[in-house]
This record gives sequence, structure tokens and C-alpha cells, in this order.
Amino acid sequence: MQASRHGRSRHAISEFTAGCAAFALVFGLAGAAGVSGAQAADVIVGLVTKTEVNPFFVKMRQAAEAEAKAKGLTLIARAGKFDGDNEGQVAAIEDLISAGAKGILVTPNNSSGMLGVIKKARDAGVLVIALDTATDPADAVDATFATDNFQAGVQQGAYAKAALGDKTPVIAMLDGTPGGTVDTFRHDGFLKGFGIAEGDPAIAGAAITNGAQDKGQIGMENLLSKNGDINVVYTINEPAAAGGYQALKSFGKEKDVILTSIDGGCAGVRNVQAGVIAATVMQFPYKMASMGVDAVAEYAASGKKPSGFVNTGSYLITDKPMPGLESKDSAWGLENCWGD
Amino acid sequence: MSSATPSAPEASAGLLSRVKTIPSVGPVLVLLAFCLVFAVTNPRFLAPHNLSIILQQTIVVGTLAIGQTLVILTAGIDLAVGAICVLGTIVAGKLVNLGYDPMLSMLFAVVLCTLSGLVAGTLVSRLDLPPFIVTLGTLGILTAALRLISQGGAFPVQDSFLGLTGNTFRVGSFVLTYGVLAMLLLYAAAWYLLNETRWGRHVYAIGNNPEAARLVGIPVRRHLLQVYALAGLIYGITAWLALGRIPNADPNALQTANLDSITAVVIGGTSLFGGRGGLVGTLIGALIVGVLRNGLTLAGIDPLWQDLVTGILVILAVAFDQLSRRRR
Amino acid sequence: MSVLAAPEAKAAPVRNVLEARGIVKSYGHVVALDGVDFELRAGEILAVVGDNGAGKSTLIKTLTGAVVPDSGEILLDGEPVHFKGPLDARHRGIETVYQDLAVAPALDIPSNLFLGRELLSPGLLGSLFRRLDKRRMRDEAERAMAELKFRLPSIASRVENLSGGQRQGVAVARAAVFARKLVIMDEPTAALGVRETGQVLELIRTIRDRGLPVVLISHNMPNVFDLADRIFIMRLGRRAAVVSPKSHSMADVVAIMTGAVKADGG
Repeated sequence: MQASRHGRSRHAISEFTAGCAAFALVFGLAGAAGVSGAQAADVIVGLVTKTEVNPFFVKMRQAAEAEAKAKGLTLIARAGKFDGDNEGQVAAIEDLISAGAKGILVTPNNSSGMLGVIKKARDAGVLVIALDTATDPADAVDATFATDNFQAGVQQGAYAKAALGDKTPVIAMLDGTPGGTVDTFRHDGFLKGFGIAEGDPAIAGAAITNGAQDKGQIGMENLLSKNGDINVVYTINEPAAAGGYQALKSFGKEKDVILTSIDGGCAGVRNVQAGVIAATVMQFPYKMASMGVDAVAEYAASGKKPSGFVNTGSYLITDKPMPGLESKDSAWGLENCWGD
Repeated sequence: MSSATPSAPEASAGLLSRVKTIPSVGPVLVLLAFCLVFAVTNPRFLAPHNLSIILQQTIVVGTLAIGQTLVILTAGIDLAVGAICVLGTIVAGKLVNLGYDPMLSMLFAVVLCTLSGLVAGTLVSRLDLPPFIVTLGTLGILTAALRLISQGGAFPVQDSFLGLTGNTFRVGSFVLTYGVLAMLLLYAAAWYLLNETRWGRHVYAIGNNPEAARLVGIPVRRHLLQVYALAGLIYGITAWLALGRIPNADPNALQTANLDSITAVVIGGTSLFGGRGGLVGTLIGALIVGVLRNGLTLAGIDPLWQDLVTGILVILAVAFDQLSRRRR
Repeated sequence: MSVLAAPEAKAAPVRNVLEARGIVKSYGHVVALDGVDFELRAGEILAVVGDNGAGKSTLIKTLTGAVVPDSGEILLDGEPVHFKGPLDARHRGIETVYQDLAVAPALDIPSNLFLGRELLSPGLLGSLFRRLDKRRMRDEAERAMAELKFRLPSIASRVENLSGGQRQGVAVARAAVFARKLVIMDEPTAALGVRETGQVLELIRTIRDRGLPVVLISHNMPNVFDLADRIFIMRLGRRAAVVSPKSHSMADVVAIMTGAVKADGG
């Protein structure tokens, strides 16, 4: 009986002490092992992408893996769980610093969300390069290897303008996620390339697609219901364009509308070949990744750091080229595209 | 004490069920096992700096999981944890950026989060709506509202008070943030509330058998309301801790915080059916997730394995709970 | 001082602890209780029997405050009372035990015994920090169980680790500990097996022997005859008879219940 007298509170206390013991044990071990913090034999390069699921980042990762192997570096790749997962990306960079990475390549979800941890990394002597998306301010990182998304938007807009010719433009904007850095650059670039300003009456309306096909379709349907005269469509990326095309088709308007996009995913290029998308602007994730890995290898070898914005380039892909606009055809596109 | 007649479950009680009476033993063993493996694969794992980082990475989901634990103990579930917390970061950030007093802005944001919890609690307790649906609705409403308020965009929050919990202090060779300290203090306070007070005892009773709780005169509806409001308050405080960790208010942030916090609660041994489990387990559960993510990165293993292992742990924990309940 | 509430006074043998006069309750056109008189004497076990729909449960609900009668009066120790809800009745010292096990399975025995009436630590710890006095609750629970001669494996056991009879024993003990006037038991053994029923019946008898009167609603005639001092028989919303198990057989009671025999008693 005596033994069980204090059962209930002993219960709670043992629960509590078990927790404390776990803490104490781990942190005690830490004190002992802390000094030994072994130095890894290899040069580690970290890659932190926005998500694991987007083929753009998959391509980036594959290219980084291949390049790291070629240069004899160890690649550790991490990603956020969803677009906007700042917490996940911050944790990834912290872990990579802990792992002793020499350089970290990051595609920040949000241009300002990661500034603190990037500073921590650079203070620890880690080379940090932003891929695909610049930080704000841009000099928070050592260098940025990315598509000039504004320029890519200009290419898309200029093509749409040229393809429309003399007709009066009625434009639908299938945006990605409002406020996103890349989204804003592409959107604004398109308007610049088309030669109009935000709020121009030629813009019939905009829809949020989050860059997804289903939402692109819904957005386009709603915009067509609002204004059946739409003859130019801007899309944030090719999945949104594919969704937009479905909507155009169900309204019987797929022949009369100039559907343009950006990205250079293989599915998108095939849609250019099939005539679904009039033109897309291809960007080169594998270039960003391999250049990034090279830069880390160089830094590890000689201590030399890259700096500033390095445009990894963008090409207009279309089978209906317009005079005065430089472009490549879909056959070239299929050789250089990313994803499946 | 001699039992009148040894009942069946007692007679078959082996070591397993003896161990099971200390609810956090399983999670603690899992945590220690992972720590051991990772310490062997990469000595850097046990570096004080790295362990501090794991604690810091646990702050947001770990603190949200306190509220989630309270709700789950009443046999509810809260899908709006992340959304309510983001509400706090956006409102506090917006107000401060508009030039309002940081302390009052944060306080206002925390009050707003508490009110969100209160509304959800009212719907659950007064209208008897299922918590799953109520909090799913809250999640949708808040997500949309936040994107409207912020025009979809994230914005930096550069205020020293809002970022206060990100400041560091030293304990021996450990550099910890005030956010870590705040999380641990909140755990201690909530643990006291749950285990040492009448209020906490009634939370367990309601989760166990709401009808029995009502019959003995516990005001079940009012108690549920208080649980959801308290959870909202905790999410609001978490918003402050989140701003200390990332000085940035992002309407797209914390989308998986609901599932992440539920994961921590479940791995920690709290039953989704309510009335069983506790906060020590939840803290351990949150640490297990953090340790896995960090340790796998340090070992150079694809972090997708983290999701896989976490998934297995969740299923194991739920199966374990189900088995031990079925025996009764 | 005993842990169990002391039954108040043991004066005259015919003193009525609880008395109801002319209770009427109808639901629309259906008359559930048609002027029922009822009295519970000090120190007795009074069984209430009747066919389904005879008005048993409505009568019990009026006595526990769950139902407010249309007319008639209820006297507790000779004093008129008006229960507006079950909590009212509880505050006046009437405890009820239900058929389904009204316990919290994952909590231990003292927590269940004191559920809703937990004891707080003395001094600032209790008044300011609302700290539970777990030790005192455990000690008093142990003392109560000893006084009730109800054997349990360990006072620290979670209720879910007990047998069904032991669980119901905890619910019955809770009522006995807190009832100052009487305990009402609504089919307390309906969910239990034979051996477990025996444990609970023994407990009910102990409670009566300690002076606390018990109203027992049951379908189980052998149990009723085993336990009851008097049997209150209902039929069609009225009191058909009150008989003694010594003077009447089970067949007699069933006959009165079903209306085969007109009874004189009562």
C-alpha cells in the first residue's frame, strides 16, 4: 500500500523528470563533445530550394548534384515544404551552417524573410549565393545567379504586342501569388514590354493562380465571363497557361487569343510546339545551380567570392517568330528545357 | 494492498504496460535513440551551437503545440493554429510599420488571436459544431483575410521590441534566444495548469467522458470555451516568438503548422480521442521532429527521409494509443 | 470525523427523509405522473419498480431536479423544496448514480471521487495558485473506500484499469461520500455481469447500514428482493402499491406491476 500511496503525483513527477533527464543527458553529452566538433573532410555545398515538388527546383537540384560530383564536393539539398515556408528555409540554412557547409545556394521564398540567417551564415564565413530569386536588399548575399525576371517579362510582353499587331488589346493577367518578388517582376516586365502601364484600360482583369493549372483555368474562365473580347493573355508560368488554355477552349476562343508564358519547362515547350502557347520565355535553372556549385568550389579552393547580379539568361521560345524579336524554336527548346 | 480479485487486464500486465503507465517514456526513448545515432554519424550534432539551433527551430511549432495539446485533450482538434499565429505577426507588424507603439501593437495582436480562439470555442461549445469543421473554417477565413490585409505580400518587421525574443543570452557554452526561454516557461506554466489545478483536471475529465463531467457539475461548455480562448492566447504569444525568429510578416507562412503541431502532440503520446497525454510528451515530440530534420541534414541524408520517418512515428504513436485503449 | 457525510439525526423510525405529494407531470396529452405520493424513510433501501412507461424515470427525474413537476410538492426532511435543476438537488445533499459509468477512465480513483469537487491546498498555494491537494484527496479517498469496505487494487489506479464492477463502485462511492441526505441509484448494475453486480449490491448495502437512505431503481427482481427494505410499485403513472419483500413474493410484485392484481398497500 505504501508503495502506491504516492502513485498519482509520482506519476506526474516521473513524467516531468523523464523530460528533464532527456534534456540533461543530451546537453550533458553536448558539453563533453562540444570541443571535438570534427572537421568534415569534404567541402560541403548546401542547396536550399523553395519546395521539393516544383520541377524547376528538381532540375536545379539534379544539376547541382551532377556539378558537385564533377567537382568532388558534397551536396546537401534541403527545401521548404510549401511556397512561403520561411521557417523551413531558415531552419535549413541553420542546419547547413551547423553541418559546416562552405557555401549555401538558396532560392529564398521571400526576399526579406531570410536576411537574419543569411547574415549569420556569412558571418560564419559561409559563401551565400541567391539562385533564381534575389534578396531585398540584393547585397544581403554575396551574389545572385538568376533570370532577370523583369527582362523575361519584357520579352513576353514584346512578343504579345508584336503578335497582336494592329488589333486593340484586351489583356487578361493570370498572376501567380500577389506580392511575390518574381511575380511582380514578371508582371511589371510584361506591361513594360507591351508598352502600357499598370491600370491601363487595355487590362481587362487579373486572376490569382498561384502558378497552378486548376486555378489558372478557373481564373481564365472568370475573366472570360467578365469580358469575352480578351485577345492577349499573360501567364505567370506554363501550368497557369495550360489551365488558361482549357478555359479558352471551353469558350471556343483558343484560336483568337495570344497566350504567352514564362518558364521553359518541357511541358510548356511542348505546348508551344502544339500551338497551345504562342510563346514562352525559357529560363535556365541548371545554369544557376551549376554556376553556383562552381562558385563554391572556387571559393573553397582560392577564397575568391563572386559578387553582384549574374543574369543566367532567358530565351524567347516560339514557332511563330516575330520580326525584330530574337527567338529560338520549340525543337531547340525541347533540348534545353527542364522537367519532364 | 491486496486486490479482492485480480481483474483480467491486471493479470496480463507485463513490463510493456508497466512502462506505458509513464506516458512520456516512449517518446523520450525515441528522442534519445535519435540523438545517439546522429551523435555517432556526425560529432557536430552535439556541438552546443547545433543543439541551441535545434531548440530555436522548435520554438514556433513547439509553442503552438501547447495550445494544440490543450484542444486535443478535450477531444478536439485545431486546424487554425498557424493561421491565428500569422494573424498575430501580420497585425503586430502592420501596426508597428504604421507607427503605433510596438508594445501596444503586440498586445492588440495577442488580444485579437485570443478573440479568434474565443470565436472558434463559442462555435464548438455553444453550437456543438465539430472542432475539425470550425477550425477548418477559421483557417480559410483567416488565410483569405490575411492575404487581403497584406495584399498577398510579405513585409519586413524591423522593430526591436517585436524582435526582442530573437535576442540571445549565454548559458555556459550554449547561446540561447529569449524565445527558447519563453517557450520553456510557457510549457512549465501550462504543465502546472494541466497537472496541478482543478482547471486542468477538468480538461482531462471533459476529454475522457464529457457526459460524466457534466453530471458531476463541471460547466463543460464554459470550460471548452476557455480552452479554445487560452489556445488562441498561446498562438498570439507564439506570433511574438515567431517575429523574434524571422523578422518578417508573411501571409503565406506557417501553412503546415497545424499538421506539424498535431504531429508533435501525437508523437508525444497524447491521444487524438482526448483525455490522455500531456505537455511533456508534446515538447519531446516537437524536439524529435527538430532533431530528425537537423540530424539528417548533418548526416547528409535527403531530408525527405525526415517526412517519411515522422510519418512512421505518427502511425506508430496512434497505433500504440489505439491498442492500449482497446485493451480496456 | 468520518469521511462519509453523517446522516442527519436518527430519531424516529418512521421519519421521512424525502417525501413527494400529488406529483403531476404531463408531456402534451401524455400524463407521465398522475398524482404520485412517495416517501423515503431514514435508513432504508427503497426499490422503485414498474413496467416500461410506468413513470419510474419521470418520478426519479423530478426527485433529482432533472424535471420540474407541473404540480405537487416535494419535501426534504419535512421542508418544501423546489429543484430547478440537478445541481440544486445536489446542493441539497441528494446524489445520483447512473446506469452508464459516469467516470473519467484515464483519471485515477481519487480524481474521479473528487471530480468537480476537487480539494485545493491550504493557504496561498490553494487560494492564489489554485493548486490541487492531491495528497489529501488520495488519503480521503482511501479512507472512504476502507469505510465502505470496497476493495480496490490500488487507490492510484486509473479507473480504466479497474473491472466494470469496481468502476461502478467508484461512482457509487462518490455519491456516498458527498450525499448528505440520500442517494438515488438509477439501474446501477444494468451494465454489469453477475459477479460485478454482487460487488456493487454489497456496497449499496454498506451505504444503507451506515445510515444513508437509498432509492434504487431496478428491473432485476432478484436484486430488488435481495436488497430492498420496501418496494414501491408504479403502474400507468400512479403508485400502485408499496410492499415489503417479506410479505410479498416476486410473483405478487409482478402481478401488481402488470395490473393482474389490484393491490391495497400504499
